[in-house]
Amino acid sequence: MIPTIPQARLIKWSYRAYVTLFFVYLALPLSVVCLFAFHNSVFPALPWEGFTTAWFFGTDAPFIGVFHERSILRAIGTSAFVAAWVAGLSVAVGTCNAFLFVRHDFRGKGFLYILMLLPLIIPGVILGISILVFASSVANTLEDATDLWFDGLRPGLILVILGQFSFITTFTTLVISARLQKFDLSLEEAALNLGATKWGAVRQITLPFLMPAIVGAGVVAILMSFENFNTTLMLVGSDSPLTITMFDKLKQGSTPVLNAVSLLLIIISALLGLLSLLFQRSKG
Amino acid sequence: MASDKSKLGFYLLLAPLLLWLVMLIILPHVGLFAVSISEKVGIREYETGFGNYAVFFNEPLYWRTFARTAFMSILTTVLTLLLGFPIAYYIAKLTRGRTKTTLFLMCMIPFWVSELVRTYGWMILLRETGVLSNALQYAGVINGPVEFLYNDAAIMVGLVYTSILFMIVPLVTTLDSLDDSMIEAGYDLGGNGLTILREIVIPHAMPGIVSGCIVVFMLSLGNYLTPILLGGKDSLWFTGMIYSQFITRFNWELGSAFGFLLLGLSSAVVYLGLKFSGQSLSSTMGR
Repeated sequence: MIPTIPQARLIKWSYRAYVTLFFVYLALPLSVVCLFAFHNSVFPALPWEGFTTAWFFGTDAPFIGVFHERSILRAIGTSAFVAAWVAGLSVAVGTCNAFLFVRHDFRGKGFLYILMLLPLIIPGVILGISILVFASSVANTLEDATDLWFDGLRPGLILVILGQFSFITTFTTLVISARLQKFDLSLEEAALNLGATKWGAVRQITLPFLMPAIVGAGVVAILMSFENFNTTLMLVGSDSPLTITMFDKLKQGSTPVLNAVSLLLIIISALLGLLSLLFQRSKG
Repeated sequence: MASDKSKLGFYLLLAPLLLWLVMLIILPHVGLFAVSISEKVGIREYETGFGNYAVFFNEPLYWRTFARTAFMSILTTVLTLLLGFPIAYYIAKLTRGRTKTTLFLMCMIPFWVSELVRTYGWMILLRETGVLSNALQYAGVINGPVEFLYNDAAIMVGLVYTSILFMIVPLVTTLDSLDDSMIEAGYDLGGNGLTILREIVIPHAMPGIVSGCIVVFMLSLGNYLTPILLGGKDSLWFTGMIYSQFITRFNWELGSAFGFLLLGLSSAVVYLGLKFSGQSLSSTMGR
């Protein structure tokens, strides 16, 4: 079934109907989340009680909007902090990995490459508990040996950052490697001929060429970090990122303030997602 | 390939990779295995043995949940393949240019949004006071409010929704590379829609089907949010058991054993999928 081959009308239209239905299925949950963000009631459920923006800007209980709800604002701050660290670390390590895998030949390269891909196929929950168990046993050993406290190795933001970093780095490595593979080495050689040092050539020629991929990978890392749940759940301490805070609130029963947060998240992630595509598009 | 005159530069590049893989991937998993084969015999006293795994096999609740999780993940994989294939084919073969980009983007946007938000949307739709129940009452199909949430069907809807993109993207990529003239040739040689699908389209799309199936199965198996939120209190899902052993019961030894069993199943499926289709991990995932 391709455009150049004639098809029976019925088949053609039922196919189109199916595709339409599928997109309705895709859009439905997000649409209702957005819709109920403006619901003038404390329940995100029917019957419809009218339109309000109180869930964004409201200050009077029970209508406390997102921008005045302390716990949510703090969680957004925590998430942003984690995302910034994860993006920075994973892009830095990802760039190094890209240079290593694209530019160097060494024994065990294939093995290391497979190892580098492994985080993709380890379920997030397992990644979380393995890091939790390992960090705790290191902390126990160190504390027994030195009589000092090693709180950084107990569930908390450091472990959350490490946990997210451990699998997001695979993605940044793949994105940056793909671009580095397209790089024409003769450009760097020309710079060397013109008297640049090895590092100077990399900094002035190769890194600017990689920039779209580096920024794109950073954006993807921020997105993945912001929305990660499984790994974070196992490693979280007293400061919880946004997804964990929302999950806890959701279990207690929700008010449309969660819809308002979700609406903001949808807008931000759609924008970030489009941004990352734009950067990948400009690969040329 | 640069000749490695500067060994120092090479080791500087190798260091972060090794640090990452050894400290955050290899050692933690070795540690997890070590904990899973230690049995608590007293306060801070442990013995090595497979007792935790024995507990799993002797307690029907545990292995049944494990089997149930595996079965429902397989079902999710099959459903996403059946539902996603026509969509991927439509995007790859029946649309061109701007329409194609738009449709593809419309598929992607829901997946940039946090899984929590997507699941929350399904909760609003399906619960007793939700949109679906009200719509059906309004249409006169049902008389009172009906709870659509907290059952296995709700879990399936959520799981399929959460993972279908990971089926569609690889399918679109492989189907895109199928030349239209191949299909035309198939028709010229007297094939009909069905034989062409079986003899040309599906064999060509096999790499995409395999990688899509692997990813979807893995994601469903390791999913926590969707089964817990949409399935309610009795939604027995294996990741939920791991969580309760670790965080609620504080029985890390048993939890680690559970974790390793889940990891084993997921790795086995990935391995078999790759062997079965004759592909390698780097060609499937490294894109």
